[in-house]
Amino acid sequence: MILCRVVGNAISTVKHPCFEGKIVLIVQPVKPDCHTAKGRSFLACDSVSAGVGDLVLAAREGNTARQILGCDTDPHHAVVLAVVDTVNVGGESIQGPLA
Amino acid sequence: MQLAKVIGTVVATVKHESLTGVRLLLIQPHDHNGIPDGGPIVAADALQAGVGETVEWVTGREAALTLPVTFSPVDCGIVSIVDEYHGDDKAGGVR
Repeated sequence: MILCRVVGNAISTVKHPCFEGKIVLIVQPVKPDCHTAKGRSFLACDSVSAGVGDLVLAAREGNTARQILGCDTDPHHAVVLAVVDTVNVGGESIQGPLA
Repeated sequence: MQLAKVIGTVVATVKHESLTGVRLLLIQPHDHNGIPDGGPIVAADALQAGVGETVEWVTGREAALTLPVTFSPVDCGIVSIVDEYHGDDKAGGVR
C-alpha cells in the first residue's frame, strides 16, 4: 500500500464495463511528511468516497483491486482503500486532512 | 492505472494467434501535469482509441483482461478513453 494525496480525478465515457459507476481518482504518492511528492501520480478507483486533498492509502496491484472492486475477470489494477487520519513518524504525529 | 497519450499505432502481421484483431497503440505515459513518465510503450486496445486521445491503461495480468480473449500474452492494455481530467497539486496539498 502506498501513502498518497488525492490531487484530482479523471472522467471517461468510453470505458471497460467494469468501470461503470466507479470514480477514478488521480493520486500522488507522498513522502512520510504527507506533503512532499514522491514519484509520478497514477490513477486509482475509489472505494471509500475520498476527495481532493485527502491523504489516502492506495494499492497498486490487481488482485487487491479486484477483491475490493469487482470479480476475478475485471481489469482493475489500482484502488484507494482507506482515508488516513494520522501518520506517526519518529514520535511526530501528522494529521491526514489538510489544515 | 495511469494516464497516457496515444501517439501512434503499431501493425504486426505475424503475431500470437490470440492477438488477431486486436489493435496495438503506441502510448506515452504521463502524469496529471502532462509530464512524461518513461518512454513510449505499446498497448493492446479494445476500445478503438485514436491518435491524440488521452487514455487510461493498466499493466500486468489486468492488461489481458481488457481483451475479448482474456488469456493473451499482453502486458499493457487500454481500459478507458479519458474525456477530461483535473489535477491540482496545490488543491491536493502536495509540495
